[in-house]
Amino acid sequence: MTSAISLPIRLEQLVGSDRVVASESAVKAFAIAGRAPMAVLKPRSAEEIAEIVSFAAVEKLALLACGSRSKLELGMPPRHYDLAVDMTALRGIAHYDPGDLTVSVDAGMPLNELAKKLAAQKQFLPLAVPCSATSTAGGAIASGIDSTLRQQYGTARDFLIGAEFVDGTGKQCKSGGRVVKNVTGYDLHKLLVGSLGTLGVISRLNFRTFPLPELCGAHLAVLPTLETALNFHASLLNSGLPFSNLELFDSGFSALLSSHLKTIGEDIPESVRATGWHVFASFEGSEAVLQRITRELQKLADRAQAERSETLDLQHSHFVNEGLREAFDWLRRAAPGLSILRIALPGVKSVDLKQILDLSEPSPLRASFLLRACNVAYLAVLAANDNAQSIAILERGISALFSRVETRNGSAALLDAPPWLKERINVWGRQRPDFPLMQRVKQAFDPQNIFSPGRFVGGI
Amino acid sequence: MDIALIRELKTLLGPENVLSQKEDLLLYEFDGSVEKGRPEVVVFPHGTEDVSRIVKLAAKHQVPVVGRGAGTGLSGGALARGGGVMIVFARMNRILELDLLNRRAVVQPGVVNLDITRAVEHAGLYFAPDPSSQKSCTIGGNVAENSGGPHTLAYGLTTNHVAALELVLPDGEIVRVGSHHGDAPGYDLCGLFVGSEGTLALVTEITVKLSLKAGSVMTLLAIFDVVGDASRTVVEMTAYGITPVACEMLDGWTLRAVEDFIHAGFPRDSAAVLLIEVEGLREASESQAAAIREICHANDAREVRTARDERERELLWKGRRNAFGALGRLAPSNYVLDGVIPRSKLPEALEQIHAIGKKFGFQIGNIFHAGDGNLHPIVLYDPRDTEQFKRAIAAAREIIRMCISLGGSLTGEHGVGMEKNELMLLVFSDADFDLMRRIHDAFNPDSSLNPGKIFPLSKGCGEIHVRKSGPAAASPS
Ligand SMILES: Cc1cc2nc3c(=O)[nH]c(=O)nc-3n(C[C@H](O)[C@H](O)[C@H](O)COP(=O)(O)OP(=O)(O)OC[C@H]3O[C@@H](n4cnc5c(N)ncnc54)[C@H](O)[C@@H]3O)c2cc1C
Repeated sequence: MTSAISLPIRLEQLVGSDRVVASESAVKAFAIAGRAPMAVLKPRSAEEIAEIVSFAAVEKLALLACGSRSKLELGMPPRHYDLAVDMTALRGIAHYDPGDLTVSVDAGMPLNELAKKLAAQKQFLPLAVPCSATSTAGGAIASGIDSTLRQQYGTARDFLIGAEFVDGTGKQCKSGGRVVKNVTGYDLHKLLVGSLGTLGVISRLNFRTFPLPELCGAHLAVLPTLETALNFHASLLNSGLPFSNLELFDSGFSALLSSHLKTIGEDIPESVRATGWHVFASFEGSEAVLQRITRELQKLADRAQAERSETLDLQHSHFVNEGLREAFDWLRRAAPGLSILRIALPGVKSVDLKQILDLSEPSPLRASFLLRACNVAYLAVLAANDNAQSIAILERGISALFSRVETRNGSAALLDAPPWLKERINVWGRQRPDFPLMQRVKQAFDPQNIFSPGRFVGGI
Repeated sequence: MDIALIRELKTLLGPENVLSQKEDLLLYEFDGSVEKGRPEVVVFPHGTEDVSRIVKLAAKHQVPVVGRGAGTGLSGGALARGGGVMIVFARMNRILELDLLNRRAVVQPGVVNLDITRAVEHAGLYFAPDPSSQKSCTIGGNVAENSGGPHTLAYGLTTNHVAALELVLPDGEIVRVGSHHGDAPGYDLCGLFVGSEGTLALVTEITVKLSLKAGSVMTLLAIFDVVGDASRTVVEMTAYGITPVACEMLDGWTLRAVEDFIHAGFPRDSAAVLLIEVEGLREASESQAAAIREICHANDAREVRTARDERERELLWKGRRNAFGALGRLAPSNYVLDGVIPRSKLPEALEQIHAIGKKFGFQIGNIFHAGDGNLHPIVLYDPRDTEQFKRAIAAAREIIRMCISLGGSLTGEHGVGMEKNELMLLVFSDADFDLMRRIHDAFNPDSSLNPGKIFPLSKGCGEIHVRKSGPAAASPS
């Protein structure tokens, strides 16, 4: 590796001085767990990305691509971090064919800007991810963060139809295409989803878009116990009613949600504030469809003996929906030292959930619980206070939780945790049997191991 | 073929699970495609361990291996292009576990697609991918090809319905990828292996996701006097954001052949029909159906019928599913193509197909998944006529080139196999091939598994095992 002094100059020679930032204050904004890169590059084209990556590969410089930087802390802190590649200058729509319901965007395209362009054609991308004010398309795909529209529209892999990216050898590659149905070649773009930038620098993404729903509605029920809430939740899933989002949360979570809504100045529906187990359902369609769903929901809630059952008005349903979509973001800022676990389970039986969530031993921890679509749960855990003893308790509590999930054939990952906890616990949980295959994939994409080394599963 | 290998295979599996006589092998020389390639020995494993041992034996003898399900593939994927051992999964056909509560089924690869639905429909569930061949094709083949069907328009391809896989790698190692819940942290390996056409690993167990049957289903048959009106209807439906769960088109020539065979109720004097299905809440499907009718009429549909009951609905679908078979009666052989175009280009594409047919002297039928732009032109030919066969291949290539030039793709569901591996050059660059080859070599470094597929022979992966004298090139059967 060349010395740090000459590096920025050499980078300037590579992509032009207006595309390189190396001042201390500027690179600090790209720091992860307190560590800043030596320089930040802001490419204007895929060709420039390729030049940067080729340079990094030759020089063995560790490189991390980023969008709005809202999720840089996901995963483990990178083992090495020399260059940040700021993708926000690449923010165009390359193709938009409203008549085909497909769009092709640069990776740095902010999702809210894209949403506006699509809305003008009465379309949208069902990628309802947190940090929506700033998130870029590339960041949302690379982070693999959950979308609250998953229940109806699936995850990004279900509507990402192609991608262009620069691999670890500095070559511009592509996978998939711009048509909605395609099985030509290996589906490499699926590997990019949730890969945290460890496989390539994504330059362009092709999506299938969807018609904007005519109307949206939402319903909130409060039930006395976890069992009754889960039964109600299951009755909704088996009802065949089309829900765009279906979430279940406890009083701890509803208290946090209420205070989040209060801080952003929104008036809070009464049922959110109520104690108990909440089941939130949102849905889309015509007036007649919404009426029908509302009717059936009321019936099912009555049958489940819900303590409260409320159809939210338009405004409230919007705010609760937004609040849930942003949950990851406000939860992580709700209290210093708070950790967010993402748990995926083969099934949600109340006995299992109770055991998994039992944080009373070795010493009580405070926790809030949110069950999202497809048996994915979020658990926000907080130690009683931040003295050494509490920290040790948190570590033990979370480790125990990991193993309880894993013995039930689930998997857990720490979505967010204070740096000191990441030093003690592998945020990705136990290594899975397919890990050696993941290493082969990584090696094929990034033979020099220059992309975000150490950030991903198993130290990839 | 090494006699010693055949002996060892017989010892391993029992002689009843090994075929090595020439006349027995003939049956495995073909699949649903126009290609050809003969294995030297065919084996029938009964479990994952068998598969692993077979693969290890083949590796020891340096002989290639190819997996095969029902052999209905249309791109030559299951043909032994490099000779060697063919592993037929037909006898690994057990459903191992049904987890109805969490909507999962764990199955062996030889299970026939429709049998999964049959096993779970009592609980209101079904397996969504519905290739027209679903009564005979296997889930292993579906996974390898990432197969689709009419309802892919709404519910996606096989890849959207697979949670986990058990695999045997070319060195015999048994590995599992994905998870029962389908949401484990790490790379989406299921996403990579599904659709890899048996070139990375053999699939020995599949955890599939089951779906809940929709409440109300309405099936419409829109009848047109002009083909262009039907294709414009599809374009407008898409543009207006109307999302049926299926939208199939049959042109007049095709529907007449179907009608003679099935009597599905397609009007013989029409130029094209659209078979459109909407699903969901009654309130939603009724208003969608109304909107669809309106667009059909605005585009001069002669008539839009609605199936009155399940029997009528089933009959219409039977007509669609058996269309290839019906056309098959018109000529000694037919070549079903598979290309994709952006949906807005449908009218143009159909006109071009017609023109290409004329140029090469063929009447080309069209019966296809119009809603997602997935074309299936069908060329009828006589395989004994070498010149005609060559013309059929040339016409096919021109059609696929046309798809690419319209911004489309080589294949929407049938796979690349050995039918289109050379055409991959139309879509991918050297850099793309380099990366795909590194992925290939990460799992199948010696190209011992299904050699000569997907990659153009000039781009590596398989040239070692594709014998010069072998049945590499497509030839009339
Ligand atoms: C009349 C007809 C209609 C059709 N309709 C459709 C349709 O609507 N949609 C569609 O997508 N396809 C369709 N097809 C094509 C075909 O049916 C599908 O590709 C199907 O998935 C192939 O399944 P199979 O069991 O016959 O596989 P095969 O043809 O035996 O094999 C296909 C590929 O899978 C590989 N393979 C098989 N089993 C395994 C395994 N266990 N592990 C690894 N690799 C394996 C083979 O090596 C080969 O590459 C149709 C075919 C016909 C003849």
